Amino acid sequence: MLIETKKLTKRFGGNVAVNEVDFTIEEGKINAIIGPNGAGKSTFFNLLSGSYTPSAGQVIYKGKDITKLSPDRIAKLGVARTFQTTNLFEQSTVLDNVIVGHRLRTKSNLWDAVLRTKRFAKEEKKCREKAMEVLDFVDLTHVMNQQAGSITQEEKKRVAFALALATDPEVVFLDEPTAGINPGETEGLADLMEKMVKRKITVCLIEHKMKMIMKLADKIMVLNYGEKIAEGTSEQIMNDPAVIEAYLGGDASA
Amino acid sequence: MGSLLKNRGWVIGALAVAILFPFVLPNAYFLHILTLAFIWMIAVYGLNLLAGYTGYLSLAHAGFFAIGAYALGLLTVKTEINYWLALVLACLITSAIGAVVGLVALRTREHFFAIYTLCVGYIIYLVIDKWDGLTGGVRGLIGIPVPSNIGPLSFETPLSQYYLVLFFLIFTVLVMYRIVHSLTGRTFIAIRNSEDLAQTIGISTMKNKLLVFVLSTFFAGLAGALYASFIRFIGPDIGYITIIFDLLTYLLVGGIGTLAGPIVGTFLIVAVSQSLQFLQDYRMLIFGPLLTLLIIFYPRGIVGAYYDWRMKHTAKKVKRTRKEQRYFESETVDAEKKVKEG
Ligand SMILES: Nc1ncnc2c1ncn2[C@@H]1O[C@H](COP(=O)(O)OP(=O)(O)OP(=O)(O)O)[C@@H](O)[C@H]1O
Ligand SMILES: [Mg+2]
Repeated sequence: MLIETKKLTKRFGGNVAVNEVDFTIEEGKINAIIGPNGAGKSTFFNLLSGSYTPSAGQVIYKGKDITKLSPDRIAKLGVARTFQTTNLFEQSTVLDNVIVGHRLRTKSNLWDAVLRTKRFAKEEKKCREKAMEVLDFVDLTHVMNQQAGSITQEEKKRVAFALALATDPEVVFLDEPTAGINPGETEGLADLMEKMVKRKITVCLIEHKMKMIMKLADKIMVLNYGEKIAEGTSEQIMNDPAVIEAYLGGDASA
Repeated sequence: MGSLLKNRGWVIGALAVAILFPFVLPNAYFLHILTLAFIWMIAVYGLNLLAGYTGYLSLAHAGFFAIGAYALGLLTVKTEINYWLALVLACLITSAIGAVVGLVALRTREHFFAIYTLCVGYIIYLVIDKWDGLTGGVRGLIGIPVPSNIGPLSFETPLSQYYLVLFFLIFTVLVMYRIVHSLTGRTFIAIRNSEDLAQTIGISTMKNKLLVFVLSTFFAGLAGALYASFIRFIGPDIGYITIIFDLLTYLLVGGIGTLAGPIVGTFLIVAVSQSLQFLQDYRMLIFGPLLTLLIIFYPRGIVGAYYDWRMKHTAKKVKRTRKEQRYFESETVDAEKKVKEG
């Protein structure tokens, strides 16, 4: 168990976006969160990565309470993420977009930059090498020097993966990594996630594509109206009456 | 690195023109205008680092320019300390006030930040205008000395002041170049791109934003201090709102978020407004619409437009060579097939 949430809750005014969710993320596995639109999946991610502060509850990462830490501190502990909408700097090259991802593992400051110290040279090189390494990992070496604005949607998703990987994470959170991507390319991205797990990086993703997730995930949690309605393996989830109702009969019960 | 090599011709050319100009065209009036333009450029660079590279449009920078000018003026006139010490102190005082303002202002974003800093700028102007006892109020501050000698170097003549200001401009550009082309600069750009994303890749945004804010006020202060010892008389109007809009115009025309933008924009606008001087304030009737069109069609100004053009140009070249390669490859494949078939 790498991350554990205890009764994690987020309220926006009267709207409870995440309601007392207990969840564990297993180390070295592919963990998935599914649920209808507006179920609170992205909000749950934002709570884990520190972008939102919880209204109540706790987030425990490797036995340490990180509930109140700022996102940059959490990132330094080895938690990386991508966003539902990829925001790359389109005017820069793909490589330039990724280099800054390793910034958190460097120490050089303004003086190093202005005086061009040894540390500056060493760390610039280190970040560049890291960027090349992760771009190779996501199979983007061939577009490395192209403007980020000029590459395909699927390649942009891969750049977002690369940027997250450049932080040297232990766990990556991927928010709908295959949204807006065609089926063939989706498989490629699924392979990439399996490749991450092989590299000892724990994956946790949000997905709408059921078929893919049932095949890919070791463990699934289902959110509905901010509440966890099921948790388990794909088989358990597929046969869970609450899940079936949420997906098929939601209107009938309401 | 690549960009430096590609631009080396431009850099050497501009430098040569700046150094040789007073000899080629020994005209006291031009020299004066150009020295002033260099001073504005330094201030615009400060603004560019903050607004262009980090995405925080500050409208308080005329105020910081004035703080630098008054700090130098008061220190040299009222305490008679050494000029160079006063210059350093003026920059530090401006930065310190910048740090305090930044701590509050940077809690806001986008237009709230712009409005907040606009108010701060106006307050600075008011303080200078109304605090008679310290600043001399509307009467201004007169008798600011020229920079004191450094060994055999004296700065009595306009020509020597021209080179002094040019020296500081080159210093500014060098520092900016090194910041922008470093991990620190990449950090700033990441914040401009998306603050949420920057945080999740481990960047402490507040710390970095404060650093940029202080740096940019430092250069505004430096420009102000140089202005004070060049013009040798200052009044509250140097902190007035119109100054920040001038600086902003220079930056937008030249290219916000580009390294050459501040020089190109300032030089161009100063030159054009000099040649349109006979129109007096009606110049704005021409500038206004032109500026609007420029921002609509070239949001990254003249330099940005040049970069885009060059980028497209090389992209086309790459495509062409790729096509040729593919053609070549398919030919060899065909040839191989034929060999196999045969
Ligand atoms: N910053 C916010 N302020 C107010 N309400 C918010 C905020 N963020 C999310 N919400 C609300 O919380 C609920 C859950 O939203 P969330 O984005 O987490 O859903 P989701 O499961 O990711 O949906 P989708 O599949 O559409 O991405 C929604 O009702 C949404 O309107
Ligand atoms: Mg979402």
